Amino acid sequence: MQKITRDLLVEKAVSLLENGTVDMVLGWKKGEFDYDITPAVFADADSLKDFVFDDFCGANFSKYLISNTKKTASKVLVFLKPCDTYSFNQLLTEHRFDREKVYAVGIPCDGMVDIHKIRAISGEGIAKIECGEKITVSTIYDETVNIEKADVLAERCVTCKSKKHVAYDELLGEDGEVLESARFDEVEKLENMTADERFEFWQGELSRCIRCNACRDVCPACTCEKCVFDNPASPVENKAAANSFEEKMFHIIRAFHVAGRCTDCGECSRVCPQHIPLHLLNRKFIKDIDNFYGEYQAGEEVGSRAPLVNYTTEDLEPGEAVEGR
Amino acid sequence: MYRISTQSLNTLFEEISRVCTLYIPSENKKGDSVYTRYETGVEYSNKLNTVRSPKDFFFPQMENLMEFKTEGKTVQLIDIREETEDFVVFGVRPCDVKSFEVLDNVFLNEPVDTYYKNRREHGVIISLACNRPAETCFCGTFGIDAAKPEGDVSAWMTEGYLHLKPNTEKGEKLVSAISGILEECDDTAVTALQENINNIMKKLPLANVTTEKFGGGKTEEFFNAPEWAALSESCLGCGTCTFVCPTCQCYDIKDFNTGKGVIRYRCWDSCMYSEFTKMAHGNNRLSQKERFRQRFMHKLVYYPENNNGLFSCVGCGRCLAKCPISMNIVKVMKTLGGKDNG
Repeated sequence: MQKITRDLLVEKAVSLLENGTVDMVLGWKKGEFDYDITPAVFADADSLKDFVFDDFCGANFSKYLISNTKKTASKVLVFLKPCDTYSFNQLLTEHRFDREKVYAVGIPCDGMVDIHKIRAISGEGIAKIECGEKITVSTIYDETVNIEKADVLAERCVTCKSKKHVAYDELLGEDGEVLESARFDEVEKLENMTADERFEFWQGELSRCIRCNACRDVCPACTCEKCVFDNPASPVENKAAANSFEEKMFHIIRAFHVAGRCTDCGECSRVCPQHIPLHLLNRKFIKDIDNFYGEYQAGEEVGSRAPLVNYTTEDLEPGEAVEGR
Repeated sequence: MYRISTQSLNTLFEEISRVCTLYIPSENKKGDSVYTRYETGVEYSNKLNTVRSPKDFFFPQMENLMEFKTEGKTVQLIDIREETEDFVVFGVRPCDVKSFEVLDNVFLNEPVDTYYKNRREHGVIISLACNRPAETCFCGTFGIDAAKPEGDVSAWMTEGYLHLKPNTEKGEKLVSAISGILEECDDTAVTALQENINNIMKKLPLANVTTEKFGGGKTEEFFNAPEWAALSESCLGCGTCTFVCPTCQCYDIKDFNTGKGVIRYRCWDSCMYSEFTKMAHGNNRLSQKERFRQRFMHKLVYYPENNNGLFSCVGCGRCLAKCPISMNIVKVMKTLGGKDNG
């Protein structure tokens, strides 16, 4: 299998820039350290010297296409990992950007790693991280730690749902398959709890929320021009949770709002500064939708009608849905 | 200087909590360090930084300011302020201790913020030197000495001992209240540790980032810099940086209609948010670039201009660790401060 390297992607980007197919490239830009990568727009071959691609390139660029397709005079080059392509399709389904303005290059992914998991093993003071099957971390305290990549995979990659690209103009390397993942196991654990236990679980998790809105702002399904929670003219605008009810309300309402549209890309949990497993709320809805209406994967194809917005006479009655739990 | 064996840390915590409420850094179930009210069984965490900074103790994310009750045509204003209880915060890092000076300039100068002052006066800070700084640390950039923490009582963790040195009247009072479990000692062990910390600080990856190019009077130079566009390009506009920041101090004041009256409260606000400082005429910063610029200009230019050159960043590194897109003040300082910076 062709190994996807940083140089291969840069080469692709340079040739597409030079032959005029695209005039901007969405990519990952090198940071101060080996792990703090910033999504960036590269406009020419020279700027691509700071382009990186390694195990820390988790950021999903699909949402950035909304703004950048409005800026391009030709097309935007975007590199999409398999999970990113689902968000890409879902945004197209919702007519959030012009497909003609994008040149999408699919890239295989064998999982991204989580710097917090690495730091929990290596301790503070990371000087260098070398990625590979084994990850070697050296610290400024002259220590070297070897870590199995599998032990520090990002949570969403541990339960990766698909190695298959559902959208691209061009694919680098080989495409994978939709996986039999164990992604609903955690949801089942929560379902098997008593109501009190479940309440306590979510109370414990959501009480750490600082209402930074990072989960919402990164979410490819959250693309409202003005979020109701930011709108002073709405009666529900709130910048801080006044009590433990409001802590939960924001997240539960958001989960309802993206139900049927959430592709389970996992960006919400990745960016949460408090490590709240927000994706579990969304997964509960995905699992319920699968159970009630038959399996449905948001973003699998452009233009699909999600069960929640596609009435059929065979649909479950609300009462049946509750009893059928 | 005094000391107590590190094996007796819990004895120290028990003793302090007999005097007044004590908060110590402790790990939550996600492995993050958070300030936790001490009671028997709460374990001290030696992790470098807490997720939320200790500014929460003086400037909580949400607080009620006053209440209004209406009856017919009369409005009654109810002052709900109460004297705060005395409390001690243990293990505040040197950067975070410095952040209190930044906040004090805002809240304790006229007009004095009595809500903040109330808490500040009742809080006793036991700082703690950093034996193992992180790669994200750059307190030295702002002249902070990780080996010489300030605060009411300074503390150092040497091999086997916790050393304590009171600096203020409040600190003296606390130390004398718990003197029964402390022994007097000289500063040999602490001096050796300080030397070690100083050597580490020199080789930190961000040790050479300087503030040289920044400070008061630089508005003209930086306000229209073309670099802001690329720096802010992928900013999500979330409030993570501002909310984990020990020096960000902007807030919003709102009224909540309870049905029986009105509660006026304030909560943290973020210059990254689209509705920040919205006025009657509308919003004065319409793009994320302008909002992003505001945050860094405030820390690096406007604040020092109004506060005798003091920068409103203390180099704690929380934003470096937490920003979802890893954009932060170091990247801004290196980009705007020229090639030689860092």
